[in-house]
Amino acid sequence: MIREIYYLTATAILVIAGLIISCGGQTNENEILVGEYSSLTGTTATFGQSTHRGLSMAVDETNLAGGILGKKIKLITEDTQSKPEEAAMAVTKLIFRDRVCAIIGEVSSSRSLAAAPICQDNGVPMVSNASTNPEVTRKGDYIFRVCYIDPFQGEILAKFAYNSLGCRRVAILKDVKNDYSVGLAQYFAEKFQELGGQITGEQAYSEGDTDFKAQLTAVKGAEPDAVIVPGYYTEAALIVKQARELNMQMPFIGGDGWDSAKLVEIGGAAMDNTFFSTAYSADDPNPVVQDFVKSYRAIYNESPDAFAVLGYDAGKLLFDAIGRAGNTKGENLRDALAATKNFPGVSGVITIDAERNAQKSIVIIAVSEGQMKFRETINP
Amino acid sequence: MTESLQQIINGISLGSIYALIALGYTMIYGVLRFINFAHGDVFMIGAFVGFYLTPFIHRMFGGSVILVGVVVVLCAMAICSLLGIIIEKVAYRPLRSRPKLTILITAIGVSLFLEYGGQLIFGPDPKLFPTLIPSLTVFESQGVILNVNSLIVMATAFILMLILRFIVFKTKMGTAMRAVSYSHQAASLMGINIDTVVTTVFAIGSSLAAAAAILYASVYPSINPLMGIFPGLKAFIAAVLGGIGNLYGAALGGLIIGLIETFVTGYISSTYRDAIVFSILIFILLLKPSGIMGRFEAEKV
Repeated sequence: MIREIYYLTATAILVIAGLIISCGGQTNENEILVGEYSSLTGTTATFGQSTHRGLSMAVDETNLAGGILGKKIKLITEDTQSKPEEAAMAVTKLIFRDRVCAIIGEVSSSRSLAAAPICQDNGVPMVSNASTNPEVTRKGDYIFRVCYIDPFQGEILAKFAYNSLGCRRVAILKDVKNDYSVGLAQYFAEKFQELGGQITGEQAYSEGDTDFKAQLTAVKGAEPDAVIVPGYYTEAALIVKQARELNMQMPFIGGDGWDSAKLVEIGGAAMDNTFFSTAYSADDPNPVVQDFVKSYRAIYNESPDAFAVLGYDAGKLLFDAIGRAGNTKGENLRDALAATKNFPGVSGVITIDAERNAQKSIVIIAVSEGQMKFRETINP
Repeated sequence: MTESLQQIINGISLGSIYALIALGYTMIYGVLRFINFAHGDVFMIGAFVGFYLTPFIHRMFGGSVILVGVVVVLCAMAICSLLGIIIEKVAYRPLRSRPKLTILITAIGVSLFLEYGGQLIFGPDPKLFPTLIPSLTVFESQGVILNVNSLIVMATAFILMLILRFIVFKTKMGTAMRAVSYSHQAASLMGINIDTVVTTVFAIGSSLAAAAAILYASVYPSINPLMGIFPGLKAFIAAVLGGIGNLYGAALGGLIIGLIETFVTGYISSTYRDAIVFSILIFILLLKPSGIMGRFEAEKV
């Protein structure tokens, strides 16, 4: 037993040492180094893995087609473990050790906010694939994104709840430690009240919690028509499941943080009568979407979620900009990214506006009988 | 009123799970005088054993929900008690004569080993725990709902505590445990095999953690390799609050922590929940380090 442990430890040390040696200072004239930081493990692991798959596919497609500026793209990926402090470390490593020309990531706004100032200060353009909090791109003129922002998403959700579902009294249950969740809750509440609706109460939870019955019991007391949970899929599914156990049958509404197959897997039948907004749906009849879905299935043998699409779009948009910039200098790349107009992404036609945010369409998904179904597309 | 009653049910259900985990902390502290920080991770392993075994057991025993549930709990308890025994043999026994700090640090090492080893083996993403207890309402009156899983959690916790009480106070091994908790030296002079007693305590404590894990995962069905950290810490606070080393204290402490958490979340804000629970730990250590029921040495296990 003890001998085995020694062997295991020795192997582990050798593997780690090997990794460190193999990482150090490889610069190749014929390669363009692009960095990615992504939550491959931790509470939002499925987001990071999806964006990583989408981005890897974009890199492979571009390299197969001959690369850009006559060079191949080399992707260097760092795991953030779903933690903001790890995101900052990952980006620092990508900039100083690997000397990448641009960085892609992250899904979570909290983690993008931790990384953005570092990219800005070092003049390395950063393209966030799915961070929807408006603060992210306000960190500076090197920070871009390919997704819509929370004020827009919040407004759409408020209109959807008020007009399509006919709700007048809505309760909010938000993740207080998460910039995305707090922001989305605020924009939803502002628009919903402007439309004439009433917020019956705000309750809080934190990412990683599993017991929500106390908050839900408090929410139930106010008898809302619907509950909005602007958090991530793991907690959202547990929340809805526990709500149904407390006999709360009203609709639950979320944002793109809900977009994961795990939502229905964890929540099961309880997820019926829930809705969420997201960047894309695999059921969307648009041929650009259908082509993408087909090639993605051929590689990964599963249906791409919105994060895979955003990861792919972030990569393609950046490579397009590198091509237009003509070189990989930070400031030229920044100007090329800022000049992006009507870029044909899978998640919609993307135009980068003056605030370096993407102007594009949004999709509402309805969950019923354990299936996520495309409901409608809403344009900006 | 309705809301408060519902919160009490929520709190007791959560508290019974903390109580089961706290019993393991308190028993091990009783005989070895150290906090087994890996206990929360044994709890996590229990949940994963349930996760991987349930499909098999379901196939073997067919549709009977109760039978499948009971067999899963028993299997998880058996495997985790084995794990507890191995941890004690490999990591703690060689250090038993060393200063207590050494073994405490080792416990933290074992805890990290299980957490990150778990990430490597089970994968870091949250997994869906299979439904063992169907979600049915047992009782509903004026908006107060007693769900079948809350009821089963409370009942199972209560039954396990009764069995534990029987073992500790009515059997020969229980007498030996209590003797060892007084004094290792005196007990061994009386012909008690200390190693056997310590092994038994680890087996029982770990099996209770496994039972708690299956209950916890049935109610909150998303499991991951780091899931043991917080329930483990909360149960540790429960054990200290009740009086570490004292069985009734651990049970009472678990219920109190469960209720406090639920009421803080329901009436103040979940933001302050952990802060309040952890400040209880500080206050108890400052004001009454022996805990609520930690006076009677005679009850130490």
